[in-house]
Amino acid sequence: MTTTPQRPVPVPAPPPGSPRPKPTPPAGAPVRVTGAQSLVRSLEAVGCEVVFGIPGGAILPAYDPLLDSDRLRHVLVRHEQGAGHAATGYAQATGRVGVCMATSGPGATNLVTPIADAYMDSVPIVAITGQVPSWSIGTDAFQEADISGITLPITKHNFLVTDPADIPRVIAEAFHLASTGRPGPVLVDLPKDVLQAQTTFGWPPELRLPGYRPTTRPHGKQIREAAKLIASASRPVLYVGGGVIRAGACPQLRELAELTGIPLVTTLMARGAFPDSHPSHFGMPGMHGTVAAVAAMQKSDLLIALGARFDDRVTGQLATFAPDAQVVHADIDPAEISKNRKADVPIVGDCKEVIVELLDAIRAEYASGHRASIDAWWTQLDQLRETFPLGYDWPSDGSLSPQYAIERIGALVGPDAIYTAGVGQHQMWAAQFVRYEHPGTWINSGGLGTMGFAVPAAMGAKYGHPDKQVWAIDGDGCFQMTNQELATCAIENIPIKVAVINNGNLGMVRQWQNLFYAERYSSTDLGTHKHRIPDFVLLAEALGCVGLRCEAREDVDRVIREAMEIDDRPVVIDFVVGKDAQVWPMVAAGTGNDHIMAARGIRPLFDEDEG
Amino acid sequence: MTKHTLSVLVENKPGVLARVAGLFSRRGFNIDSLAVGPTEHAEVSRMTIVVAVEELPLEQVTKQLNKLINVIKIVELEAPTAVQRELLLVKVRADATVRSQVLETVQLFRAKVVDVSPEALTVEATGTADKLDALLRMLEPYGIREMVQSGMVAIGRGPRSITAIRS
Repeated sequence: MTTTPQRPVPVPAPPPGSPRPKPTPPAGAPVRVTGAQSLVRSLEAVGCEVVFGIPGGAILPAYDPLLDSDRLRHVLVRHEQGAGHAATGYAQATGRVGVCMATSGPGATNLVTPIADAYMDSVPIVAITGQVPSWSIGTDAFQEADISGITLPITKHNFLVTDPADIPRVIAEAFHLASTGRPGPVLVDLPKDVLQAQTTFGWPPELRLPGYRPTTRPHGKQIREAAKLIASASRPVLYVGGGVIRAGACPQLRELAELTGIPLVTTLMARGAFPDSHPSHFGMPGMHGTVAAVAAMQKSDLLIALGARFDDRVTGQLATFAPDAQVVHADIDPAEISKNRKADVPIVGDCKEVIVELLDAIRAEYASGHRASIDAWWTQLDQLRETFPLGYDWPSDGSLSPQYAIERIGALVGPDAIYTAGVGQHQMWAAQFVRYEHPGTWINSGGLGTMGFAVPAAMGAKYGHPDKQVWAIDGDGCFQMTNQELATCAIENIPIKVAVINNGNLGMVRQWQNLFYAERYSSTDLGTHKHRIPDFVLLAEALGCVGLRCEAREDVDRVIREAMEIDDRPVVIDFVVGKDAQVWPMVAAGTGNDHIMAARGIRPLFDEDEG
Repeated sequence: MTKHTLSVLVENKPGVLARVAGLFSRRGFNIDSLAVGPTEHAEVSRMTIVVAVEELPLEQVTKQLNKLINVIKIVELEAPTAVQRELLLVKVRADATVRSQVLETVQLFRAKVVDVSPEALTVEATGTADKLDALLRMLEPYGIREMVQSGMVAIGRGPRSITAIRS
C-alpha cells in the first residue's frame, strides 16, 4: 500500500422507513464468476454500501473480490460483536439493512450476541458467515461451528448455501426477509468451497418464499371496531412501540395524536417516534417510566397499542396490568397479538397503513357525532405529570450527578443528533433525560439488554449519517466490553463521541443490591474509581481518540462543547460521577405497576383519586 | 388439556424438521407425536403434529409456526371431520399353547401378522390411538416383547384438499 485510501463519504441516508430508491440491477446475461464474486455482486446489486466484518480462513475467498468492489466498502472491526452491533446501529439510523461478515467457528459465534440483540429489537440485519468446506461439515473440522443451527432461535431465518448458483437468490431473499414484515436478522452461511466454485451470476433472481406473506393491510372490520372504541373511550392511551419507527409511521402517528387528542406514551424502543416536546406525550412507560405514563396505562379504559408487544418491562406483573382497559392491539406480527395480554380488537398490519386507515375511520365516527369527552382524563394525567415530574437529587457526597451530565449532553447537542446507549442506569437516564424529537435518533438495546452495545452501534450509526453528531452514552462497565471499536473508528475516520458515565460500578446491579439485597455489594465495584484502572482518558488516547475528563458540575458544559468541536477524531469523555445515584421512578421486578415508586419511599397514591 | 392435531405443510428442505421441533421446545410446548412425509407435490412435505394444549396457547403455537419461513400452511384437523391413523408393530409372545388365541385377537382388530417365529408373532395394526390402545391391552397378558408405534397421520374428510397450492 502506497496511498491511504480516503473513506468515501456516503450519501446521507434517507430517514428510517422512507422509501429508498430501488438499486439498479446490473443488466445483462448471466456471467461466469466464482461464488465469492457472485456474493459481492449480489450485495452490490441489492444496494448494500457497507459491510462491517473481520476476515478469516473460511470467509477468505469473499474478501478477495471485496477488495475490487468500488460500491461496497468494508469496515474492518476489532471484534465480530462490534461488526454485528455496528450493522444494527447503521440499520436503525438509516432504516436500511445493516450487513456484517465473519468467518466460520469463533467468528460466527461472536456474532451470536448481536444477532440475538437484533432479533429481540426487530432490526433488519444480514449476517454473512464463512463455513468450513461442504465435505468437512459435521467432522468437527478446524473452526467449524454449526452457526445455522446455533442461530435458529435468534434469526428471522437463516440459510446454509450448498450450491453456488443459489447465492444471488439467497442474498436477495435474505435482504427481503430482513427488511419486510416484522424486520429481523437473517444469517447466510457460505461454505468455503461454495465461495471458491465457478458459477454464474444473474440479477435479479426470482425469490422462492412460498411460506412468507406478511400481512400489511389491516382488516377493515377491525379498523372500524377500533375506531368505535377509540371514539367512545373516556380514558384512552396511545401505547406506542418501536414498530411505529420500523414502519416509518411517525408522521401518521402525530396526525392520529392530534386528531384524537389522546394522551400518548412511547416505550424504550419508541423514544423519538413522537416529539418529547409535544403536550400529548406523557413519556416512557414501564419499570423506569414516568409516573404519569405508568399511571395513564394503569388507569386507562382503552389501550391503543401500536407496534408494541406488552413486554414485561412495560406491563410489570401482568395480572394487575391496566385492569380496566380494553385493548386495541395493532402489530405486523400476528404472534404478538394476545401473546401476553388479550386483545379485544386485534389488528394485523403495517403500522403506517393501520394508522392511515384508523384516521379515516375515526373521522367517520366523529362525523357521526360519536366522541366521548376525555377532558377529565387529561386533568387527571396533567395533575400527575405536574406532581411527579422526572427529576433527580444531587449526590450528597458532592460528586457529579450522572443525570445532570446526560441532561446537559441532550440540551447542548440537541435533538438532531443520534444517541446510542449501553445497558443499565446510564441507558435509563439517557432515555429519560435526553429529549428526543425525531425517529431514529435514539438507538439502544431494548429487548436483549446487551451491555457493550453503545460504542459499536454508534460507529454504525455514524457511518450511515456522517453528517450528524453521534453520541454514545455509555457506562464504565459497558464501555469496557466493546471499547476496542474506538480503534476502528479512529482508523476508519468515524468520529463518534462517547460519554462514559463512570460511576465505578455496575450501577444498575448495584442499585438492585442496594434495594433488594440489603446493600451487600457483591462483585459490582469495577475499581474504575478506586484505582482508576483503566484510566479512560489514557485509554482513549491509546485508541487514537481525544480523551477528556469531567468531574465537576461547573466543567460539564465546557467539556461537552469541547467534544462537539472535535470532528477529526473520536472523543471520549470520562464523566466521573457519584456511585449512589439511582434510577427513579421504579416498578420493582415482579410487582404490579400500581406499586410504582416515584422516588425512594415515595409511592403515588393511585387509589385516592378513584371516582 | 385437550389434544389438537395440526397438519403443517412445509417446504421440503433440509433442516425444516429441526426448525419446527426447536420452536416447540423453546416456546415450551410439548409434542405428543409428530409424523413427517412427502406429499403429492415433490417440493412440499407434510407434518402431522399432535399437541396437548389449551385453546389460547394453541393459537400462539400456530402463529409462531406460521412465522417460520419454511412453513407454508397450517390446518387444524379435528377428529370428527378428519381420518386419523397410527401404525403399530408389536411383537407378542405366542408359543403353540396361546398362538390361536393371539390370532383371534389379531383378527378381531382387523390387524395382521407380518412375521412369525416359534415363540412370537409380530402384528401390524393401524387405527386411531384408542383402537391401538385397546389392541395392546388385549395382547398384554400374553407378553409384549417389543413394540414400535408411528406418530399420527391425518387427512380431512370430503373432497377438499389442504395442499391445493396458492398462486
